[in-house]
Amino acid sequence: MQVSDNKMSAVPENRSPFLRGVTAGLPVVIGYFPIAVTFGLLASEHISMAHAVCMSAWVYAGASQFMALGLIGAHSAATEIVAATFLMNFRHFIMSASLSQRVKRHRQAGTGLMAFWLTDETFSVAMALKKKLHPRFMLGLEIVAYVSWVSGTCLGFSLGAFIPPLLQESMYIALYALFVALLVPHVKGSLSILITAGFAAGINSLLQYFHIMKPGWSLVTAILSASVLGALIHSDEEEG
Amino acid sequence: MNLWTIIILMAAVTFIPRLIPLLLFKNRALPPLFRRLLNIIPYAALGALIFPGVLKSVPTMPWAAIAGMGAAVLVSWFKGGLIASVASSVVVVFLFLLIGG
Repeated sequence: MQVSDNKMSAVPENRSPFLRGVTAGLPVVIGYFPIAVTFGLLASEHISMAHAVCMSAWVYAGASQFMALGLIGAHSAATEIVAATFLMNFRHFIMSASLSQRVKRHRQAGTGLMAFWLTDETFSVAMALKKKLHPRFMLGLEIVAYVSWVSGTCLGFSLGAFIPPLLQESMYIALYALFVALLVPHVKGSLSILITAGFAAGINSLLQYFHIMKPGWSLVTAILSASVLGALIHSDEEEG
Repeated sequence: MNLWTIIILMAAVTFIPRLIPLLLFKNRALPPLFRRLLNIIPYAALGALIFPGVLKSVPTMPWAAIAGMGAAVLVSWFKGGLIASVASSVVVVFLFLLIGG
């Protein structure tokens, strides 16, 4: 835990919460950009640029956007696309609940944007800080991630073909590496966190390997069951 | 259904679950047991987000993905820092693909 705290506080505390959020969001920007470029590139084979950019700007949920491209390409029914999107993104419901207990008290304005911009990555980066979050910190972190996603989509759509495929393929690992880097410092300090994360990974892998449910549901099931286990075995004092 | 309608519905069903808990629970302390559950969620989420997805992150060479993840684990364990971990894993995957592909 200490490790990521120290890294984060390399940003001067006296800077405005918004700017500290922007700085904390840079790893997410780096992770998102190549993936958004890839989305734009793939989208150019199926839909118009306006559709692709608006999907990134309005839906703003990577995995479900890739999935939608596949379904649109396969001429799936609209209801199936919308239902699959709901399932795939329902995990944000849990993250939103978790985040609600960490954000400092604030007025209504801002909550909508904070929720609209909530992603796996901005959630994970924010929660790794282990302290109360200023709403403007959260918005700073989220807005740079959003700009990276939308601008990457535009760029990928217009000149994606110029990006060497080798480089593209090596970029997919970036988001997973980000998740690993967020998790490892906590695992070092606590066996129960290691067990919780490992349990979630195991359940999700089993459910997906045996195609027991749609990926959206298996993610939700894995997160919830592991969290119940974690709440039972993890004491909040353990990490110090 | 028109593609614009599909995109707008996708946006709606994504936004509503993101919004409702924040809207209902912010500025409100929940019961301790529920809070413990919510506090552990980030770690469970990270575990489930990493596996099994990472294994498919380099479609043409799964070993490169495992090596890249190993690099991220080592760098974040011994050095810490998000950007260093992300950069090292991308470089490792790139080298694997360059040499092996």
